[in-house]
Amino acid sequence: MRLILTTEQQELAGAVRSFLAAAAPIARVRQVAEGEEPYDRKTWERLAGELGVTGLAVPEEYGGAGAGRAEVAVVLEELGTALTPVPYFASSVLAAEALLALDDEAAKREYLPGIAAGTTVATLSFAEGVTASADHTLDGRAERVLHGADADLLLVVASLDGKPAVFAVQGEAVQRTPLEVLDLTRPQAVVEFSATPARLVGPADATEALARTLDVAGAVLASEQLGGLRRCLDTIVEYTKLRVQFGRFVGSFQGVKHRLADLHCLLEQAESVARYAAWAADEAPEELPTAAALAQAYTGPAYFRVAKEHLLLHGGIGFTWEHDAHFYYKRAKSSELLLGPRRRHRGLLAERLGLG
Amino acid sequence: MADIEAYASQARAWLAETPIPENTGTEVSRQFMAVLYDAGYSGISWPAEYGGQGLSTAEERVFQQAARGKALPTGVFGIGLGMCGPTLLSLGTEEQKKRYIRPLLRGEEIWCQLFSEPGAGSDVASLQTRAVLDGDSWVLNGQKVWTTVAQHADYGLIIARTDVDVPKHKGITMFVVDMHAPGVTVRPLRDMTGIAHFNEVFFDDVRIPQDQVVGGVNNGWHAAITTLLHERLSIGMGSAAPDRPTSYRSIAARAQQRGLTEDPAVREKLVDLYVQERALELFNARLAQEVKAGINPGSRGSVTKLLLAELTLDSAETAAEIFGEGVVAHSEDDELARYAAALAWAPGMALGGGTNEIVRNAIGERVLGLPREPQVDRDVPFRELKVGTQKKEAGA
Repeated sequence: MRLILTTEQQELAGAVRSFLAAAAPIARVRQVAEGEEPYDRKTWERLAGELGVTGLAVPEEYGGAGAGRAEVAVVLEELGTALTPVPYFASSVLAAEALLALDDEAAKREYLPGIAAGTTVATLSFAEGVTASADHTLDGRAERVLHGADADLLLVVASLDGKPAVFAVQGEAVQRTPLEVLDLTRPQAVVEFSATPARLVGPADATEALARTLDVAGAVLASEQLGGLRRCLDTIVEYTKLRVQFGRFVGSFQGVKHRLADLHCLLEQAESVARYAAWAADEAPEELPTAAALAQAYTGPAYFRVAKEHLLLHGGIGFTWEHDAHFYYKRAKSSELLLGPRRRHRGLLAERLGLG
Repeated sequence: MADIEAYASQARAWLAETPIPENTGTEVSRQFMAVLYDAGYSGISWPAEYGGQGLSTAEERVFQQAARGKALPTGVFGIGLGMCGPTLLSLGTEEQKKRYIRPLLRGEEIWCQLFSEPGAGSDVASLQTRAVLDGDSWVLNGQKVWTTVAQHADYGLIIARTDVDVPKHKGITMFVVDMHAPGVTVRPLRDMTGIAHFNEVFFDDVRIPQDQVVGGVNNGWHAAITTLLHERLSIGMGSAAPDRPTSYRSIAARAQQRGLTEDPAVREKLVDLYVQERALELFNARLAQEVKAGINPGSRGSVTKLLLAELTLDSAETAAEIFGEGVVAHSEDDELARYAAALAWAPGMALGGGTNEIVRNAIGERVLGLPREPQVDRDVPFRELKVGTQKKEAGA
């Protein structure tokens, strides 16, 4: 079990961090969040082209870098820290991992190179509500599809003879309506199907491949959450060293200091859990189901708690639109719920621990 | 690297062929320490001139790893090896090091540490035990508390007030005190488990020769900090064993045997416990990997200490919630007795080696770098300070 970054991974983190600091500082994040653009296209193109991180975990034969989920997790940690509004999680994680897990050779050859190059933005719709007919046309409505309104390629989970199967549909072939989202850095949409022709990817029963996909996604999402959590804690610790009330730095009051100490404990554990889950995704498939459920049960709520305290400890200024605290607070909640509420992860954990 | 590998396999071979006594009584411990010493596994990284092996901390760590899960019966020497010895090595005089280190490593002399007092807990620097110079020796009067292994100890490291006219941190001196000297009284202190794990120690006109000062007169606060740093590290390292009765594994297995996991509320409690325990376990594993990679953990051992204290309390409560009324009222041989014992023991971890509040201060100030609280007593001469527990004022 490896819980600390290798030198190469630290270098990767450093490269992404300095790139994001220059290309997509928080002012740019705010501009995209408040603007019409669904995501930061320019930063996305440069992440794909200059940094080449959009196909990190895609094998080289499909145009990727052939690295691991631990490397993907490193990139996500930086994106989570900077709150970068790009479809990395939707395309490079959910869609790419689904294609790899479904293991449909033709589909991999057709779709993975574009995803790896960042020229195709793909997503995975895993909500219930879509059914597939025997002729592989889709009907129904998928709620809350991440980047659903702007993805070029949709991988859609649909019920085929009562079993979940995955179908590929081009984005422009469906009716898509962006949703009002709490977290403006992460767009979601309703996608509607009406006798829409689609291509079956992988087996007619994709239960196992989907479980694997969502486990890998949950395992690496923990690193994105870790990045945001750490940024929130760093920010509020620095603020309490500067802010003076009653003639004292507010960080010197035990009422504040002890809360920050508890949050630091969360950070230490969140980092450990996230690193473990990312390691398991690459190296220990038999541990992954438990590790992924643990990661989501732990880091999602931990991030939200730190983001919430970080907002509250700023005092009134933290409640203003101009302050950045609310972006983290909202991202923390949206990512905590992205793969289901905490009761889902805890239920999975109980099941996988063999309880009941 | 090859040398370390060779050392490791040698250590493993020695541990495999050496009989490890199961009895942990004082005599058995003394004899086992002598065996360890003769084999070259006592004081591995301590200087050779005082009786150590003169190797590096790498060898020390390798041996500890090899011995993990072996339960070596060295407990009674823990304070000496973990705190007193290292303090003497850093601050002791040449004569002190020559006199005390080798017998400690050979299991001939047992040590205890005497810092806390009834009136000086979290604020140890407000201690009231006095040492007054009289001719060529110091005369010690006062009371210490929470002293582990004092009933077996031959020597103790004690801090006492030697100047009341300067602020509290500046008038303290550390001494080596002979625990068999006239005027030393050790009384077992029965704690809330019903057992005496600790002692109270009383000093009545105990004479200490001048050459037993450690680290200089009125420099005792600095010396005490040196000792306490060693203490935090040794507490943090001893993390929870997976087969202890309140581990997730034990509670879950027993709950399943009794058919309790049918209840979703029980499963909920078990998941909580699993997540809390596993997150700490993974943090400890990561910290160990960082240390191995040469990253100094600094004060982050405090994080382990705080989390372990919370886990200890929470897991005992979880057991009580899951197994119910039988935990508080059971026949003598009932297996639920272990959870009553766990509940009674649990607060200890949140108090010993720094209360949770003090540990949170340490994390806030030493890990996060937050400003300290203003200290109203910092520059006040000790004799003018309020210390200990005050009487309620009339009319207040």
